[in-house]
Amino acid sequence: MDVTAALWCMAGFLALSLLAIGSGGRGLVGTVIYAGSAGLSLVLAVIAVHVLLTASDVGQRLILPLGVPWIGARFHLDCLSAFFLLVLAIAAGAASLYAIGYGAHEEEPERVLPFYPAFLAGMTGVLLADDAFTFLVAWEFMSLASWALVMARHRDPENRRAGYIYLVMASLGALLLLLAFGLLAGPEGAYDFTRMARVERGWWIEGVALVLVLIGTGSKAGLAPLHVWLPLAHPAAPSHVSALMSGAMTKIAVYAFIRIVFGMLSLPSVWWAIVVMLAGAATAALGVLFAMIQRDLKRLLAYSTIENIGIIFIALGLALAFRANGIRWAAAVAFAAALLHVFNHALFKNLLFLGAGAVLSATGERDIEKLGGLIHRMPRTAFLFLGGCVAISALPPLNGFVSEWLVFQAVLMSPILEQWSLKLAIPAVGVTLALSAALCAATFVRAYGIVFLSRPRSLQAASAGETDRWSLGAMALLLGLCLAVGILPGLVIDLMAPALDQVMGATLPVQRAIPWLSFIPIAEGRSSYNGMLVFVFILSSTLVTVEIVHRFGSRQARRGPAWDCGFPGDDPGAQYSASSFAQPVRRVYGNVVFGVRETVEMPPPGDPRPAHIRVSITDYAWRALFARVGGLVDRTAGALNALQFLTIRQYLSLVFAALVLLLLMVATWR
Amino acid sequence: MERLAFDIAHLLAGGLVLLSFVMLYQDRMNGLIRVFALHAVVLSLSVGWQAYSQAAPHLYITAAIALVFKALIIPYALHRIMVKLGVHREIEIVGGIVPTMLLGIGLTALSLAVMLQATEATTADPLAREDLAFALSVVLLGLLMMVTRRNAVSQVIGFMTLENGMILAAAGAKGMPFVVEISVAFSVLIAFIVIGVFLFRIRERFDSVDIGALEQGRGDRI
Amino acid sequence: MALIHDLAVQGAQMTLVLSLAPALLGYTRVVKARLLRRRGPPLLQPYRDLAKLMRKEVVIAENASWLFRTGPYLIFVATWVAAALVPTFAQGLLFSWTADLIAITALLGSARFFLALVGMDIGTSFGGIGSSREALFATLAEPAMIMVVFTVALVAGSTQLSIIAAHMLGNVGIRVSLGLALLGLIIVAIAENARIPVDNPATHLELTMVHEAMVLEYSGRHLAMIEMAAALKLLLYVSLIACIFVPWGIAPAGAGPPAWLAGVGVYLAKVFAGATLLVIFETSIAKMRVFRVPEFLGGALMLGLLGTLLLFVSRGL
Repeated sequence: MDVTAALWCMAGFLALSLLAIGSGGRGLVGTVIYAGSAGLSLVLAVIAVHVLLTASDVGQRLILPLGVPWIGARFHLDCLSAFFLLVLAIAAGAASLYAIGYGAHEEEPERVLPFYPAFLAGMTGVLLADDAFTFLVAWEFMSLASWALVMARHRDPENRRAGYIYLVMASLGALLLLLAFGLLAGPEGAYDFTRMARVERGWWIEGVALVLVLIGTGSKAGLAPLHVWLPLAHPAAPSHVSALMSGAMTKIAVYAFIRIVFGMLSLPSVWWAIVVMLAGAATAALGVLFAMIQRDLKRLLAYSTIENIGIIFIALGLALAFRANGIRWAAAVAFAAALLHVFNHALFKNLLFLGAGAVLSATGERDIEKLGGLIHRMPRTAFLFLGGCVAISALPPLNGFVSEWLVFQAVLMSPILEQWSLKLAIPAVGVTLALSAALCAATFVRAYGIVFLSRPRSLQAASAGETDRWSLGAMALLLGLCLAVGILPGLVIDLMAPALDQVMGATLPVQRAIPWLSFIPIAEGRSSYNGMLVFVFILSSTLVTVEIVHRFGSRQARRGPAWDCGFPGDDPGAQYSASSFAQPVRRVYGNVVFGVRETVEMPPPGDPRPAHIRVSITDYAWRALFARVGGLVDRTAGALNALQFLTIRQYLSLVFAALVLLLLMVATWR
Repeated sequence: MERLAFDIAHLLAGGLVLLSFVMLYQDRMNGLIRVFALHAVVLSLSVGWQAYSQAAPHLYITAAIALVFKALIIPYALHRIMVKLGVHREIEIVGGIVPTMLLGIGLTALSLAVMLQATEATTADPLAREDLAFALSVVLLGLLMMVTRRNAVSQVIGFMTLENGMILAAAGAKGMPFVVEISVAFSVLIAFIVIGVFLFRIRERFDSVDIGALEQGRGDRI
Repeated sequence: MALIHDLAVQGAQMTLVLSLAPALLGYTRVVKARLLRRRGPPLLQPYRDLAKLMRKEVVIAENASWLFRTGPYLIFVATWVAAALVPTFAQGLLFSWTADLIAITALLGSARFFLALVGMDIGTSFGGIGSSREALFATLAEPAMIMVVFTVALVAGSTQLSIIAAHMLGNVGIRVSLGLALLGLIIVAIAENARIPVDNPATHLELTMVHEAMVLEYSGRHLAMIEMAAALKLLLYVSLIACIFVPWGIAPAGAGPPAWLAGVGVYLAKVFAGATLLVIFETSIAKMRVFRVPEFLGGALMLGLLGTLLLFVSRGL
């Protein structure tokens, strides 16, 4: 029933896509398509919540006579898929709502409109798929649609390069997933998920499959060192699409990882947990350090997505470690932390990208060194973006804090694990987690301070205007959800309980029943957090403070020029720039992490030329891995190009040699 | 009482590890010599406590030797050498302080892992094994200091910290014979004399004891 | 009825913390002056300063935004709520279970977040330098604090401060990891409160200030609230060290007024003793260069990491 309804929604998305192709994207068609997408997302959200509340997942498989003949196309909506469907639906709904207003700014809407609903359809398809072929078809469809969206503004050569790199990485990921499914299906070819989960395999096959899945889904999610495409591709797409790519598509990759590693592999080992955790920790640290030094607002947000994906994988690694030791209740806590962070990140990253899109459409600038003072020109956007920054920096009472808190609690439970490798790895992972949380707050102070506060650094920033009410509405909706989840996290935990039960076989205590609506993940005598009471505490203290200050203090205020220690400077170029703000962090962490080179050209005294300072940053992952592999592929392709120019006799001898080789194999292999 | 004895022993051993880290952090010669003197004081306290709680009176002598030689005489002598030779006041650290500290943490983790796993099969008290693990980390941190310093005097101090770690390990294990302790103390003294002579000779030939200057002359790395 | 009673006690703690903070600040200034062989200001001078600031007119820069005007309230409230959650004279107060050590660290983090933002609001270079350096110190001080929290929580079995204090009062003994955690917490407290050797709270020179640079543009009641928040933060850290490492004297949960009064007396003694030790340390050391501070804070991070590592490896350490 639910799965049929979800499939109809998917068909609805495809129909909208066809409508867009047919009508050419002019006029009101854009509004119709985005409104339609928003409506369908709402329906999907309702379906997902219904599945989670009633936990009706048994049976209910839909098998369509498409695809491979002896398997068909199987669709199934169980609790894990339903949770991720809820995440997708909220993200898609907000982005579509935003796009109703934003889409009017698009120069070539016919390049965006057909692919947007198709992208949503692809993501829904991945979540609904119940066998390997449907899964891969939907996965590739999702990648292709998002690639088309990345190439929407194809006149910019940077975007074309980003699209090319994205296509290569997506193909690599899909190929590895294909190989992984082939390994997991075993010799009988059990390609549907129910049979695949029951196949007996040796431990080394599962290990190889884990590595393939980690690279395949990790490249889509943005795990280091496979993250290099993400900061190029996500900013290149239109803003509502970037929001969906960061907020929803990376979560689909996480879903794929969970579905395969937790659902199909049956002999969890401690070494997998360590690999996943260390990959997550490296990703988190690398992502946030690169975010700190970025000039492009959307690229900064893309690197921040990489950091949060690292945090999610740390939590997933902890869950694997607990599960490998058979401690199911602790695994449930760590897994709940991962799922909660998935939900929260989709909310606040969406909000931030939509805000960045508003800034982009108001000023035409993505470079934060040319912005400033937008809090005066775009007050509502500034307020909503501030909410997003507070949420992502994990500050109470918003939702980012709750998921960070839960991940810390999961780390604090880990001394019960006995393996030595875990005992040494988990404190290192904990320290990286704490470091990335603190660096994230610093990054967003910089982003907000340079873009919205301080004085305008260019004419575009000084003459910006507020965005339309659809964009503001979408952002306000997301901020409201962030606040709601921050105050009442127990509701989301109870909602995800069936998914926890399905994957881990254990859940957290029922949060609705706890007095005062506290959040107690483990037990009464351990830690607890009450978001609602903290919020009430903060509100009442603020009211008391305001009352006392205005009663006993002077209420007068006067405007004057800035004090600036008696040296007021009129030139906006004299204020702190983004690069100066990041200089201390760049200097402390720079050499090790990103090979910073600062060169100063100082002309001799008497020479009137200006001095220059150049900062160059290298991404070691790019140089060591991709440039080498890319070079290798290029050289191999060049060498193999010789095959194009052989004579007919040489081609015939190639065919002859292949035939003889096959006959030899048949003869010798019993 | 048993518990308190182990706690204090742990505290002193942990203090020794902490002081090794503090020595890694120092970038001035004066500070380094002072912290080394403190290191020797804590070592003598630790050995003295072991003497008291194991009821092994010969360890009191080891504690006294450590106190007199390593906490008083050797720092004073090093200070005199520094003043007479005009050695660089600043210590150059290869790689910077932060990577050195990170390596130090890694070495401590390694020594904990090795010691606690290797002695798991024995019937030794788990708390005594932890003291041995701390002693091994002091030894490794002393080696790290020798490896990451360009200044000869700080390398000497690193070597002596290494000896301190070995004395700690020897005192922690019950029933250590007296002879070995005397020989350990004497070897320290002899090492000091040799290195002191060395320093005078280097100073004569090259006018400084900075290894950087020595390397320039030799053309290859020490 | 019991609810109102508990609310009153919680309110009493909030008022105690609020009224004690300026006195602590005044006390540190007097002791510092005496150590430097001066007479120093009167003990209650900070109260008079705050009252004077409250009565003065506020002068705001022309391009200041609503964030600049509301910032001081947010900073003050976040610090006050965090300070009110640390047990001072009694454990198990009404809302002690709503927020644990990690939440207190995060509340202080939000105060610092908004302080760094308002520093950048006007668009002067002083504000930028203050915010940028504060961001650098925060990226090291906050993880160090989290690692100290981990160490203490692993020993006590929970991150709730009341449970930690109760556990420390029990049979804990002298543990190496707690010693390392104490040192780390002291270093973090010095850095977070902008004391020497990290920052000089008494100076207004550009090269030496971090905290002062961010609040350069504030005046009147706004400045009063920010100064009050800084004083509360110092009191919070001293109370935190006292609650975790010197918990004797805190009345257990459910005790009556006599135990509370005794608790208040012991608390005052602990706070002023801690302040004296802080001042003695401050007068015996010089301020560090800015780029030496990351190494200093990195040391605190290492201490916390080492403490956590020891607890992961063995239960007895």
